Amino acid sequence: MFDVIPTAFIFFAAAAILLTLPKGPARGLLLLITPIIAALQVWNAGFGNFAQVGFFGFELELMRLDGLSRIFTMVFCLAAFLGNLYAWHVRDTVQQIAALLYAGSAIGAVLAGDMITLFFYWEGTAIASVFLIWARRTEGAYNTGMRYLIIQVASGVVLIAGVALFYREAGTIAFDRMTLESPGTWLIFLSFGVKCAFPLLHNWLQDSYPAATVTGTVILSAFTTKLAVYALARGFAGTEILIYIGTVMTLFPIFFAEIENDLRRVLAYSLNNQLGFMVVGIGIGTEMALNGTASHAFAHILYKALLFMSVGAVLFRTGTSKASELGGLYRTMPKTAIFCLVGAASISAFPLFSGFVTKSLTLTAVAEEHRIIIWLCLVFASAGVLSHSGIKIPFFAFFAHDSGKRPKEAPTHMLWAMGITAFLCIAIGVYPAPLYAILPYEVSDAHPYTMGHVTGQLQLLLFALLAFAFLYRKGIHPPEIRAVNIDTDWTYRKAGPAVLYWLSWVVSSCYNWIVGILARTTQRTIKRLYNSHGPEGRMARNWPTGAMVMAIAVLLGATLLVNFLI
Amino acid sequence: MSTVEVQHVAKTFIDHLPVLQVVIPLISAPLIVFIGNRKLAWLLAMAASATAFVMACLLLAQVKDGSYISYHIGGWAPPLGIEYRIDALNALVLMLISGIGTIVLPYAYNSVNAEIPKRHHTLFYALYMLCLTGLLGMVSTGDAFNVFVFLEISSLSTYVLVAMGAGKDTRALTAAYDYLIMGTIGATFFVIGLGLLYMATGTLNMADIADRIAEQGTNRTVQAAFAFIVVGMGLKAAMYPLHHWLPNAYTYAPSAVTAFLAATATKAAIYVLLRFMFSVFNPGFHFEDWTLYLIFIPFSLLAMFAASFVAVFQSDLKRMLAFSSIAQIGYMLIGIAMLNATGLSASIVHMVNHGITKATLFLGVGAMVMYSKTSFFDNLNGLGRKMPFTGAAMVAAGLSLIGIPGTAGFISKWVLVQAAFENGWWFIAVAIMLSSLLAVVYVWRMFEVLYLTAPDEGCTATDPPLPMLIPMLILAGACIWFGFDTELTLGSARVAAEGLLAGSAGMAH
Repeated sequence: MFDVIPTAFIFFAAAAILLTLPKGPARGLLLLITPIIAALQVWNAGFGNFAQVGFFGFELELMRLDGLSRIFTMVFCLAAFLGNLYAWHVRDTVQQIAALLYAGSAIGAVLAGDMITLFFYWEGTAIASVFLIWARRTEGAYNTGMRYLIIQVASGVVLIAGVALFYREAGTIAFDRMTLESPGTWLIFLSFGVKCAFPLLHNWLQDSYPAATVTGTVILSAFTTKLAVYALARGFAGTEILIYIGTVMTLFPIFFAEIENDLRRVLAYSLNNQLGFMVVGIGIGTEMALNGTASHAFAHILYKALLFMSVGAVLFRTGTSKASELGGLYRTMPKTAIFCLVGAASISAFPLFSGFVTKSLTLTAVAEEHRIIIWLCLVFASAGVLSHSGIKIPFFAFFAHDSGKRPKEAPTHMLWAMGITAFLCIAIGVYPAPLYAILPYEVSDAHPYTMGHVTGQLQLLLFALLAFAFLYRKGIHPPEIRAVNIDTDWTYRKAGPAVLYWLSWVVSSCYNWIVGILARTTQRTIKRLYNSHGPEGRMARNWPTGAMVMAIAVLLGATLLVNFLI
Repeated sequence: MSTVEVQHVAKTFIDHLPVLQVVIPLISAPLIVFIGNRKLAWLLAMAASATAFVMACLLLAQVKDGSYISYHIGGWAPPLGIEYRIDALNALVLMLISGIGTIVLPYAYNSVNAEIPKRHHTLFYALYMLCLTGLLGMVSTGDAFNVFVFLEISSLSTYVLVAMGAGKDTRALTAAYDYLIMGTIGATFFVIGLGLLYMATGTLNMADIADRIAEQGTNRTVQAAFAFIVVGMGLKAAMYPLHHWLPNAYTYAPSAVTAFLAATATKAAIYVLLRFMFSVFNPGFHFEDWTLYLIFIPFSLLAMFAASFVAVFQSDLKRMLAFSSIAQIGYMLIGIAMLNATGLSASIVHMVNHGITKATLFLGVGAMVMYSKTSFFDNLNGLGRKMPFTGAAMVAAGLSLIGIPGTAGFISKWVLVQAAFENGWWFIAVAIMLSSLLAVVYVWRMFEVLYLTAPDEGCTATDPPLPMLIPMLILAGACIWFGFDTELTLGSARVAAEGLLAGSAGMAH
């Protein structure tokens, strides 16, 4: 049945063992060792299908290792390791268990060779991860978590419905490339889309990630959406519509990220934007594009985690992640600031940082398909990334106006976690060959450091930097902290702030109107249902014996009628 | 299927199992009354029902391959003599009934001490055994009139068992009274139906009736008989809208009785419905198809939604579970109405899975009621946290009630949805899923009360003593176990469904 133990089970077993250990370093060590064991197991297993189990007449594939699933498994193990190291100080059993189960489910889903297994793990990630949000134990976090859970579980329900339909059409549950042509595949696509935070399906992401605990956000940022990216790459590579969806995804979060004050929410928006690049790659669907997506996901998990870690460290020390309340922290948190800058450089795709070598694969793939408009949009989005993640995050947290806060440097284990991540970001940027080696397809001519790439990217970045510096200097240095924020914002979007506000006003009032109608209708329906079905309603009331007898007489009459007349 | 007849010359002990598993509980009842000692009474009841359970398991093992056992009582050959006929279907139901009957008893000992006046204890056990006898007899017999006799045995004892809840809440008396009236009417309808059948065929042996109807075709008498039997049994099965006796009976009966009845009584009635619809009458008759399409499907859909909505708004946990039972009966009946092997297996397997699930939940509530005295949500605040094991059992069963993958409830709903797709009934499949969402709502309400609200200050509730806790945990374990290992439940259900669809095996003397 099992040639090797499915990797997900290692995590589940670790979660069980964790309960028996005393709180403290023993648990921390277990949390660190588990992903290492898992990674070694996957690395040594080679390619193939290793674990089958019969379920209801279906053959479930619990462990399908090939190029695509291996790179995602590896990076998930890596992310679990770094996240757990970052969370070394946490003594909350719930969070530790949730982190293990969450990582295990995500890896299980990646290794699933059929869609029923995928569904089980899909729901597993939803249920395990919500505890990372609830672990904050505030009223707001509870409500946010509930919204998150409902959306995530709903995506699983849509998935299983799609799988059921797909099974009836195609007669298979194997999880392989599909084409969008039947209700079944559309449902599956939709469910992936929810988890991947497609435009209009994305709100759960910005809602929930900033609401989780300091360490929870780091872990959350790695798995759920990248699992969806993997699922799309596996199931819908080369689907034209993904190119457009992805392009929109890269563009729209930029504006929201610019005006957002909470730095963790800014990062959540930029996460969405980064996913867009991967989705475009999947939509293109060529080997190079899929390599681009996979490598981008790999690098992205690292630098996004690094950014969340550094902002998390700030939140951990100062108690806030609002841009307007921070600033000047480089004086006392220099290491965190440097790591944050590394993350910012990576996400902005500076040459010699990881983002550069991975994003160039996707951009080249788009260019090779001669999709000039898409390409331009992506370049524009890259500049947007620089401005909101590359500059805004480190600038407002560590530099800008001095907030007067003098927090201590981040704890040692956090520094280690950030340091390792930062090292990896740079290592990949400087020497991408090992990463290219584990990509799903062979990289034919990978020369990220061509003259054209480097100069093009540098032009983009340097001019964006220049513009920022110029605009920031031009603004009068205001004494209030919030004013810096607003002032810079204003200069940034000089071209069309009014249009943007007007647009957002129109959109939000339409939205409010529709939501209002829905809310009122729902309330009315529930009220009506309560009147009829509530404890005193006519459906639930105790009937007098006579009425009960009447019911049986009527039913007998009806049955006799049916029997006699047909 | 059902073609291999095991030639029956009842000589060994094993050959007598079909009748022994009914007779042993039956004899234990008067013995309990004669002995009159509470502890011995419990011990005797426990021994008798455990024996019945073991026998049911042995029977299932014999017929699981699709064969059947025909046992002639007293050596008198049917159709003159009374025949007990065991196949995969009734062996599975027998196992459910005797299994639940056995597992509830250890729980009942403490629970009865707390809820029923001491002088009634021996009577309680006697009636419990009679009720068990009635249900087992109803399910194992192959003689139509015998079904009625056992139905009455189980019903009459049930009325009294429900009324014994009066020590806790006198509304149990009106509940029992209503149940008595309705149950009697249902049983009367059933016996009228049998009378009509006897008139039309001149025999009472089920297989013999089936043969004769098949020979002579149908007529008004047979059709009327069918209507009476379906409605009469429909009432005992709490088919919507004949369910009004159920919520009160379940709410006010003693906790152990509720758990036992909820898991077994309606299931036995559904078994009888299945037996008559497929082995006596058969779906070849148009009137039967149309009764299923025009009566069963609409009312089952109504049950799935109306009863679930009522459950959503209930303020009393036991009542909520009772209404949820009515909704679940809807699933079983709609599975029958699909008239294909998958639908029938779904119904049968849901009988078992839902029986286990509901028994767990009612046992859990019962344990909480021992502390809180009432089952109103307001009085159960935070008890899940105070009673961790009870709460855990209820969570497992609650998930199974919704049909979360990895629990027994998922299996039955999954098969049911498959059956709907097999017929191309999208609408029904969607309805099943939507009503499962309602189950999510009401089960969530239970979780919320048990875990997310703060317990009352000075709350001293703790898990009940082990004899009460262990049955709960075993059943909760079963809720999970049967979500993964479906060999026993779904396997037998599939054999049983094929047996039913093959029609009556006839009088193969």
